[in-house]
Amino acid sequence: MVDIAEPVAARPARRFRFLLDRPDVLGAVFVAPAILYVLLLVGVPFLLAVYYSVSAYTIYDPSWRFVGLTNFAQVLRNPVFIETLGNTFLFTFASQLLGLILGKFGALLLLRPFPGRRIVRALIILPWAVPIALASVAWEWMFDSLYSVINWTLIAAGIIERSNAPNWLGNPHLAMLCVVVVNAWRFFPFAIVIFLAGITAVPQDVIDAATVDGAGFWRRNYQIIIPMTLPIVAVGLIFGIVFTFTDLSVVYLLTNGGPVNATSVLGFQGFQVGIVSGDVAHGAAISLFMLPVLLLVVAGMLRFIRRREI
Amino acid sequence: MQRVVANAVRGVSFYSAVGLFVVLTAFPFYWMLITSLKSNPDLYNVTNIPFWFNEAPTLEHYQYLFEQTQFARWLLNSLIIGLCVVVITLLAALPAGYSLARLTGRNGEALGIGIFLTYLVPPTLLFLPLSRIVASLGLQNSMWSLVAIYPTFTIPFCTWLLMGFFKAMPPEIEEAAIVDGCSLFGAFIRMVLPLSLPAILTAVIFTFTLTLQEFVYALTFISSTSQKPITLGVATDLVRGDIFFWGEIMAGALIASIPVAIAYNLFLDRFISGITGGAVK
Repeated sequence: MVDIAEPVAARPARRFRFLLDRPDVLGAVFVAPAILYVLLLVGVPFLLAVYYSVSAYTIYDPSWRFVGLTNFAQVLRNPVFIETLGNTFLFTFASQLLGLILGKFGALLLLRPFPGRRIVRALIILPWAVPIALASVAWEWMFDSLYSVINWTLIAAGIIERSNAPNWLGNPHLAMLCVVVVNAWRFFPFAIVIFLAGITAVPQDVIDAATVDGAGFWRRNYQIIIPMTLPIVAVGLIFGIVFTFTDLSVVYLLTNGGPVNATSVLGFQGFQVGIVSGDVAHGAAISLFMLPVLLLVVAGMLRFIRRREI
Repeated sequence: MQRVVANAVRGVSFYSAVGLFVVLTAFPFYWMLITSLKSNPDLYNVTNIPFWFNEAPTLEHYQYLFEQTQFARWLLNSLIIGLCVVVITLLAALPAGYSLARLTGRNGEALGIGIFLTYLVPPTLLFLPLSRIVASLGLQNSMWSLVAIYPTFTIPFCTWLLMGFFKAMPPEIEEAAIVDGCSLFGAFIRMVLPLSLPAILTAVIFTFTLTLQEFVYALTFISSTSQKPITLGVATDLVRGDIFFWGEIMAGALIASIPVAIAYNLFLDRFISGITGGAVK
């Protein structure tokens, strides 16, 4: 018995080594830290958020009492929330549309090489690269009620007068316009880059063939370039929708949801209720209203990823 | 002659369109620069032409920023947070990216997409439970909470980025190493990692810029001035009472923006091929 004890003791080390040389085992070991991190700090919090939304949890009274769908019902009865929901859709749709149009034109401009193209590209990419919180602060200063450079220019051009200069962030409609414009401004360089990446993926001979067959600029654009770049543009658009629909920073810094909730969006409202007021349960319920849209978007994304594999 | 005129008209309209776009994108940054260099009497006088200096430019806002505020501290905080998150991210994402590209076969593809999708889970959905988790870990109001939370989006992002890179690498490299007596793990350490330095650098740069750009978690978790990262500090801490110190705010915003802007321009193409992933292939 003693004799065979030794080799047995030596064995696990060798077997461990042998196991690590098996691709499936090493693969699982390699991927485990990333998956664990994500499960612990994305998966668990997500389930917690779902549970908060059906409980009576506040930071002053951290009880786990189950209250069913009461929070959702209360949230839906609140007119401010209905306004917020509408604002969120308007904010997302308008800024993505504006961003896509600007992005498409920008991409057409940057498509062909011209002197100074690199510098132009570097400048055009700025709004997307620079932290949005810092850019929002710069815009807030540009929209300032008294010292707005935009108003100064409009006054100097004789379009408006100082006595009735618009208070950009103080008027409900103008404030919504401002957050939409800033968000579109932030995303359209990304759209340009995505469009450019898509267009370079279209083989030149396809375009040439179409030109030879008599297709003009618009026809090439609508019947070849747009359909062929659709998958990559869709991926870009999905990013844009997700990050706009769930945005908090632009609204928080520019308007703080105001004036009178005119620019309040879901992310902002969740923050106000859940963090500022400490009503975690209702805050979580508000945030979870993002989920259906996110799921739709993810489903769309998976479809496009799968299409590429065929 | 007609042709020359037509060409000139086309050239002028092309460059004015380009110029319009550049003004649209770059003006706010020009505005940061000029505001940060103007003296206060110049700044707050509506009769002055705002686009240029009406009085001598001054560095007083920068001086104030570094001497009277915690700006230097915020810079340091951001640097520490960024470096720690980079280390955590690389430790998790490098093996994961390699594994998903090479070792896990068909399941790897699905798993990779799954990990990438978590990058799309927005902070505004998770900040409530995470703020409770952070509080229960005793990390509330500390920048270490950000070190713990930021990898939740940098790991998925970099795993995806690195996975794409490892897929494009010829497998013969590891095969040769294994034939020469390397273990699978040894081949990864000795052959794959040194050859992936460009991809690792890209992952490092983007992890760092993602941590600089993040705002929502920092806003949610941190309220004391000395613990703020730079983006949060500049955006929320330079307002005293109701008075905005625009010169200082713009100076701070400009300093914090420059490194990110440079990094993005240098690594843009890799970023695009990274996030659009296989969509082009």
